[in-house]
Amino acid sequence: MAQNADRVLRDPAALPRVVLTALVLLLLWPGFRLTEFDLGVLFDPRNRETMGRFLGTFFPLAFSGEFVRLVVKSTFETLAIATAGMTLALLIAAPLSLIVTRSLSIARIGPGPGLWRGRLLRIPVRLALMVFRSVPEIVWALLFVRAVGLGPTAGVLAIGITYGGMLGKVYSEIFESGDTRPAVALLEAGGGHVSAFMYGMLPVALPELVSYTVYRWECAIRASVIMGFVGAGGLGMQMELSMRMLNGGEVSTMLLVFLLLVLLADAISAGLRKVIE
Amino acid sequence: MSLAFDRVSLVHPNGYRALADITLKIGAGERVAVIGPSGAGKTTLLRLMATALRPSSGAVKTLGIDPWALDKTALRQLRARIGMVHQSPPLPLRQRVVTAVLGGRVGTWPLWKALASLAYPADIAGARAMLERMEIAEKLFERCDRLSGGQLQRVGVARVLYQQADLLLTDEPVSAVDPALSDRVIGELSREAQSRGVTLIASLHAVDLALHWFPRIIGVRGGEIAFDLPPEQVKDDMLRELYAAESAFVPTQSGPAIGTAAPVSRRKPLCS
Repeated sequence: MAQNADRVLRDPAALPRVVLTALVLLLLWPGFRLTEFDLGVLFDPRNRETMGRFLGTFFPLAFSGEFVRLVVKSTFETLAIATAGMTLALLIAAPLSLIVTRSLSIARIGPGPGLWRGRLLRIPVRLALMVFRSVPEIVWALLFVRAVGLGPTAGVLAIGITYGGMLGKVYSEIFESGDTRPAVALLEAGGGHVSAFMYGMLPVALPELVSYTVYRWECAIRASVIMGFVGAGGLGMQMELSMRMLNGGEVSTMLLVFLLLVLLADAISAGLRKVIE
Repeated sequence: MSLAFDRVSLVHPNGYRALADITLKIGAGERVAVIGPSGAGKTTLLRLMATALRPSSGAVKTLGIDPWALDKTALRQLRARIGMVHQSPPLPLRQRVVTAVLGGRVGTWPLWKALASLAYPADIAGARAMLERMEIAEKLFERCDRLSGGQLQRVGVARVLYQQADLLLTDEPVSAVDPALSDRVIGELSREAQSRGVTLIASLHAVDLALHWFPRIIGVRGGEIAFDLPPEQVKDDMLRELYAAESAFVPTQSGPAIGTAAPVSRRKPLCS
């Protein structure tokens, strides 16, 4: 009798949970082995000395007038690359995400005429989004540097394409995960794709769309820095020069600028969300 | 003829038979109430009428047209003539009431007008007039998430009134509205149908509302039509049988007018 009560009071989900945790750890282990992950190298006395010396040069920060002017100019260039890239990405993602979103399919209601045509259309679009984002932006940048030469254009194109692919996928997931009934109801009342989206889906998804887009803009800033290393201009290019000359003070000044940029993105995101609410 | 169902059945993909062999005709300008216990198939029936669902077998004619023989454009045009009030209003909570009401015409407005109306409402007077009929004109520029469940439901009705549809389908349009107001909302829908000569079909949980406002009552039970009669011929024992599986009494606005069990609210808890 008492044994029976014990069983009733036991959480039936406990065993699966333990098994799942063990499984995850088991799967992680080969990953660590494969990457030769070893915290020990950080504490190796020789490595520690080299790193310590470089880190030591980080202070004091470089604030000479000419360098500051250069940093400001590069910062604006970086911001411009990220913003232009995001604009291009939006132009790619907005129409494609509407096509991919299944809840906006008129033919699904019923189902009615054109069901297969819609399904067949979504496949290549989804595939295109996948190709856009499967190639890292740095690889696109290297490609475009060959095509259009050194300079910010390559960075803008690279960000536009990779982020277009990411935004398109995530936008359509945001649309589907929200309440889709308003949009479907509008389609059922004879509305078209675009008006059903504007009246029924965008108001539901807007806050999430905005914060994801601003977050991606923040990522685009970082990406444009990385692409600067391969000659796409902006802060990255300056960073690479300073690093090569082992000028820690300049590097740390620019790291400070990165921090400020992230803070700026955060503030913009919060501000926009407040405007929407 | 507004609606003609000929041996219509609907089987869901999971094998559940929601409607079986429904044959019925509803003439232009008729006002019909559909009553029955929850799960009887009332919503499915309305969705078939609205061309939102396609029957598994049988033939449907909505506004004299077989919707499933139409091409995409013609089907959209037909759907724009059908107004559906959903039980839980499908309105984005962040949207303003005026936009939600004007959304009723997205099926007939050209795209540029629908988009321009988002920048500045295209017909504030029209939206306000419909809200006035629902007694919530003062909410015109409120956001939907500031409204109560009953107010939101009336915005949903106002939107469909604004649509100026030829076929008015309403799925429990007053389930969240208090009894006195429910009566006025149904009355307003009824007047709309009569003054414009359009067909009104309403599924209702409150039997007394149905009997009071509608000249034709269709009782649905287990996916079949149990009776299809004028209200004066609907007898108490027919109602009791209709709702026998659900509870010991027949649901009305103010509790058990017919039956023996203790009073219970007719309203279901409103899902947010």
